[in-house]
Amino acid sequence: MAKGIDEPLLRLEGVHTHIGPYHILHGVYCEVPNGELTMLLGRNGAGKTTMLRTIMGLWRASSGSIHFDGRDITALPSPDIARSGIAYVPEAMAIFSDLTVRENIVLAARNGPVHSSRLDWMFGLFPALKRFWNLPAGHLSGGQKQMLAIARAIAEPRRLLLVDEPTKGLAPVMIHSMIEAFRALKAAGETILLVEQNFHAASQLGDNVIVMDDGLIVHSGAMSDLVADKALQQRLLGLSLDSHQ
Amino acid sequence: MSNAAAEPIETSLPRARIDWIPLILVPVLAIATLPLVGNVSAWVTLTVAGLAMGMMIFLMASGLTLVFGLMDIINFGHGVFISLGAYATLLVLGPLAGWASADSIGLNLALLVLCIAAAMGLTAVVGVVFERVIVRPVYGNHLKQILVTMGGLIVAEQAIHAIWGASPIPVPVPETLRGAFVIGDIVMERYRVVAIGIGLLVFFAMQVLLNRTRIGLLIRAGVENPEMVEALGYRIRRLFVSVFVAGSALAGLGGVMWAFYRQTLTAGMGMEVMVLVFIVIIIGGLGSVGGCFVGSVLVALMANYVGFLAPKLALVSNILVMALVLIWRPQGLFPVARR
Ligand SMILES: Nc1ncnc2c1ncn2[C@@H]1O[C@H](COP(=O)(O)OP(=O)(O)OP(=O)(O)O)[C@@H](O)[C@H]1O
Ligand SMILES: [Mg+2]
Repeated sequence: MAKGIDEPLLRLEGVHTHIGPYHILHGVYCEVPNGELTMLLGRNGAGKTTMLRTIMGLWRASSGSIHFDGRDITALPSPDIARSGIAYVPEAMAIFSDLTVRENIVLAARNGPVHSSRLDWMFGLFPALKRFWNLPAGHLSGGQKQMLAIARAIAEPRRLLLVDEPTKGLAPVMIHSMIEAFRALKAAGETILLVEQNFHAASQLGDNVIVMDDGLIVHSGAMSDLVADKALQQRLLGLSLDSHQ
Repeated sequence: MSNAAAEPIETSLPRARIDWIPLILVPVLAIATLPLVGNVSAWVTLTVAGLAMGMMIFLMASGLTLVFGLMDIINFGHGVFISLGAYATLLVLGPLAGWASADSIGLNLALLVLCIAAAMGLTAVVGVVFERVIVRPVYGNHLKQILVTMGGLIVAEQAIHAIWGASPIPVPVPETLRGAFVIGDIVMERYRVVAIGIGLLVFFAMQVLLNRTRIGLLIRAGVENPEMVEALGYRIRRLFVSVFVAGSALAGLGGVMWAFYRQTLTAGMGMEVMVLVFIVIIIGGLGSVGGCFVGSVLVALMANYVGFLAPKLALVSNILVMALVLIWRPQGLFPVARR
């Protein structure tokens, strides 16, 4: 499909999401450019997870539209959205704990066996997976489960990775490895929309940043601009970069 | 690519463990009752009867536990497939009555196989319709599921009455499967041994399917987290329909085995055994095929031993087993990890 160079890979326009009687997203407009890492920030309960779930079709947008790769995916069932090239790493990781690490990866690779060079690349990113390859995933530590959840998303080439708070609950040293892994994914040219609470970590990784509050996008732009503007940080996030270093 | 996330903390190697405690419950129960029964040949008879009954309950229950695990559906109508499978034997026994009375293992077994094929075919077809018409409209609402599937059960029972009549119908066990194997003073009824063989065969086939095939992986993953299976790009609905139909066919198979075991057909025979089926899938852990297997054997052995040792307690023994298991493991013998 011929696309303009500045055509975003993913675009949300006026997306509203209701969960039962609750109105959670109140008209979200945002874009994720191709080949870049976009951070999604916002305080607890801002609607970040709801936005990712709505993109995946796990919650239905009640109005508005979601375009991916030039195609309207708003009304598609989740499996079709996944098959259009979006991989999702949920906040709760949702690895299959009764299945082995290998079996988790086998299921994630819809088109047959994972190419061995790709497997090596994944093992390079997350060596623990190689070590525990035939172990039930339920036996992994929290950090290893998170790595498996991300490995599952990259078991085959995808156009877009949606990753929800991968550093949540991890020890600092694990957070550091996770950041390194995302740096490597970014270097490999993956397009990523990454939810992260820790602004210090986010600022190191993001090309772009989207800030949510109360179900709306309150800011979006280049990460470098937000990093440079302490007053804006203070206003949007209620903290400055320095306070986290 | 570099070792970007080389693990900084050396974690101790977690080990894959088989949860063996529930598995040894069965031999422990069997051995513990030997001195109580006091007589080896009676004990063998009881044990073989218990194992045969356990296998049949397993056949009837295994589909239901997966249906529940995958889609959170409570299907009280499952008994329909048991009754229908049992009655399907008439479709074969009618025209081929001679094969049943022939003194030929070949013809007798061929007859049994044909009965099974007819039962599984019929129940699979009815399963497709049942899922579409009765189950599909009530996803996500347990109360409606209970009411509607009960309704389906009643309709199906009445349909059986209308087609085959309301009075019980005798079913002859094929000639060479009657009687018993006698070794010294140990007596094992042949048909029970056959039932055990078929149950084990199905159990191992299911294990291979669930553990060695992609569709099996999807089923196991779906039982644990259906939403994530969808987010990985697989349609859980299709998977579910296949499992529902396969489960119906297995119940049909169980129905055939049950029919020859009881040697009588009644339209309510499926419903009667459903109490045991529900007990077994709760004991086993909802969604666990292995648990369902162990639970079936446990419940059936217990029923046979208690029926011999303390007949007055026979009715409550199953409830007692369930209560004890749930006190010990509230999620069942093999809890299935869920979201
Ligand atoms: N299943 C649900 N039912 C009702 N309300 C929900 C549900 N899930 C989320 N919400 C509400 O929607 C709002 C947004 O939640 P969401 O999980 O999207 O926030 P978040 O930005 O991901 O927060 P966090 O940083 O804590 O993960 C919250 O007010 C939350 O209470
Ligand atoms: Mg969240």
